[in-house]
Amino acid sequence: MATTPEGTNGSMTKRDLIDEVVKIYPRFSGRDAEVMVNAVFDSMTEALARGERIEIRGFGSFVVKHRQAREGRNPKTGALVPVAAKRVPFFKVGKELKLRVDGKQPTTPQSSSSEAPGAGG
Amino acid sequence: MNDGAGAPEKGATMTKADIVERIYEKVGFSKKEASEIVESIFEIIKTRLEHGDKVKISGFGNFVVNQKRPRKGRNPQTGEEIIITGRKVLTFKASQVLKKTINPS
Repeated sequence: MATTPEGTNGSMTKRDLIDEVVKIYPRFSGRDAEVMVNAVFDSMTEALARGERIEIRGFGSFVVKHRQAREGRNPKTGALVPVAAKRVPFFKVGKELKLRVDGKQPTTPQSSSSEAPGAGG
Repeated sequence: MNDGAGAPEKGATMTKADIVERIYEKVGFSKKEASEIVESIFEIIKTRLEHGDKVKISGFGNFVVNQKRPRKGRNPQTGEEIIITGRKVLTFKASQVLKKTINPS
């Protein structure tokens, strides 16, 4: 399956995102857009640092999970190494975005014949 | 949804409204404008992901669309074998900065 349908296979950076915002809202300066985009991700980072979850409708949710301390192994030497307890961020894609990414827009349901069961998650 | 060990921490939930509040405090625009902008920011990201693009937010993480191949599965209820169709899924990989920030040491 080496087919990339409509995909441009490019990538967008935070810089590109800021430029897009300016394109949509010409009344904002690049600096304003930068401050706003940064504020979005900074506030999300801070929420996660406080151990809060984040829920963005139509996008997804972020949670912080606790990982217990454990004994790990150095794969090279086999030696036991202590791995400290840590908190790990997780993202779960929201329904709308999940469908859009898979080319099945919720607004225009293309009721395809293969209704796949949601196995795996 | 079981992601293995470690339950999510309980506590408050941040929503889009909280992010809007933050932007509103930070820049001198109206709340309506702030709300519009936050909405746009997520919509821009969603549109790019929909096109299969990667979205890389430095200091936060990368959102990547992966193509999954069709595979055989089994209906756990009936034991019946089924084909799980190929699909595109979105994954998020947190940046080192984000991981460090939520793990102050």
